[in-house]
Amino acid sequence: MQASAVEIRNVNKFYGPFQALKDVDLSVPAGKVTCLIGPSGSGKSTLLRCINFLEEYDSGEIRIDGRLIGYDAPGRKMSGRALREMRRSIGMVFQQFNLWPHMSARENVAEGLIRVRGLSKTEAGARAAEALAKVGLADKMDNHPSRLSGGQQQRVAIARAIAMEPRLMLFDEPTSALDPELVGEVLTVMKTLAAEGMTMVVVTHEMGFAAHVADRVAFMERGELVAADTPDRILHQPQDPRIQSFLRTYHERNSF
Amino acid sequence: MDLLSQYGPALLRGFGYTVLCWALGTVFGMALGLVIALLRHYGPRWLCWVLQVYIEVIRGTPFLVQLFVLYYGGPLIGLRLDALPAGLLGLTIYGSPYFAEIFRAGFRAVPLGQLEAARAIGMTEAAIVRRILLPLSLVSALPALINFSIILTKETVILSIITVPELMYQVSRMSTETFRYVEANLVLALFFWGLVEAISRLGRRFEARITKHLIERT
Ligand SMILES: Nc1ncnc2c1ncn2[C@@H]1O[C@H](COP(=O)(O)OP(=O)(O)OP(=O)(O)O)[C@@H](O)[C@H]1O
Ligand SMILES: [Mg+2]
Repeated sequence: MQASAVEIRNVNKFYGPFQALKDVDLSVPAGKVTCLIGPSGSGKSTLLRCINFLEEYDSGEIRIDGRLIGYDAPGRKMSGRALREMRRSIGMVFQQFNLWPHMSARENVAEGLIRVRGLSKTEAGARAAEALAKVGLADKMDNHPSRLSGGQQQRVAIARAIAMEPRLMLFDEPTSALDPELVGEVLTVMKTLAAEGMTMVVVTHEMGFAAHVADRVAFMERGELVAADTPDRILHQPQDPRIQSFLRTYHERNSF
Repeated sequence: MDLLSQYGPALLRGFGYTVLCWALGTVFGMALGLVIALLRHYGPRWLCWVLQVYIEVIRGTPFLVQLFVLYYGGPLIGLRLDALPAGLLGLTIYGSPYFAEIFRAGFRAVPLGQLEAARAIGMTEAAIVRRILLPLSLVSALPALINFSIILTKETVILSIITVPELMYQVSRMSTETFRYVEANLVLALFFWGLVEAISRLGRRFEARITKHLIERT
């Protein structure tokens, strides 16, 4: 049995009367890449956002390295300070990049190091430069987001997350807002990260990425986690008719 | 000509008071408006409701009435202020709900995702306000802030009624003493025009500076 970086047990989440997550169970192995796939509206983003408690789950447990996130005990919210403490070690990358437009690439990356890790401006600037060099943007450090392509913006967003030295990285469709020719550069950075042994949870519609990079693929539908297994068993020999039908639609849409 | 030498110094002094009242009224009003907007954004629901009532009441009554209540009604509850402080306090209160609403709209214009990105790396809510929410909402709120501060320049003339010695006060004195209404009011108009022009120029320059990096490349 491998160590789990994230243990999700019996998680339920409601938006008013609508149940977005239904008794979700999932283990995310440490040092591995787990991809979350499934039709639109199936709850992938909701589940991902529950992992760093950007979205509050209503019942069940989510443990990061054994520690319950969001609650001290069932039904009792944890303090803001404790939550921030846990979030420091969880990086997140959003579909829409969400860079801060009034700061340069370097300032975007340095901000968390200064405000959260308490580094000095110079130290943070140096670490930010390193992180940006790692995602191939050493020459764009002083550009503001408005002067960067979508792919470059997303790489800055990844640098912003990894500069905090997280133990876990969450990606919510990191390439979905990109022009097709810019998808590759972002996936390349993610593959490098995976090769270094970063624990990653990736919501994606890139079946190629899931097939080649993921160690595990989890399939969701209508708020349920239908199956989680090796990429091969989910993507090539799916047993569940819901997965089969999802993949059929996917292949139809992507063939011409 | 001797009219100018006779009343010139008083008019200049009056203009000085006008600029002072406007500047302090704007700064304090903006500060109070910002505090109200933040409390409505982060505070408990009952406080939000109380502040909503405050906003409605202040916006729903004429400045003149507010000033009268403050200056002549204040002493009844032990609030005895000189004309100038009363005028400044009045301007601050009068402007605050408008500024609060401008800031509120500014907050809403900041994409939620940019705040979530800050929360996701563990920034405190105070740091998020200072480093992300305020700078970004200022960008969209600035034109409205400048616009309202220009409107406030002209509200300062009402302070003459409680004998703050600002420009309108001096101009009224000059006209009643000399019966030169046209000249007196022309001077008034010129001074205000100059002030408003200066404010909007400064505003535009400031706006250009803070939006420099925000223009989307297309
Ligand atoms: N804030 C909200 N309020 C109400 N319903 C919501 C909210 N956020 C999400 N939902 C609903 O919850 C369900 C799951 O949404 P979620 O965003 O997790 O789906 P998803 O699998 O990420 O879809 P996509 O692939 O389109 O991003 C959807 O039916 C959505 O309409
Ligand atoms: Mg989603």
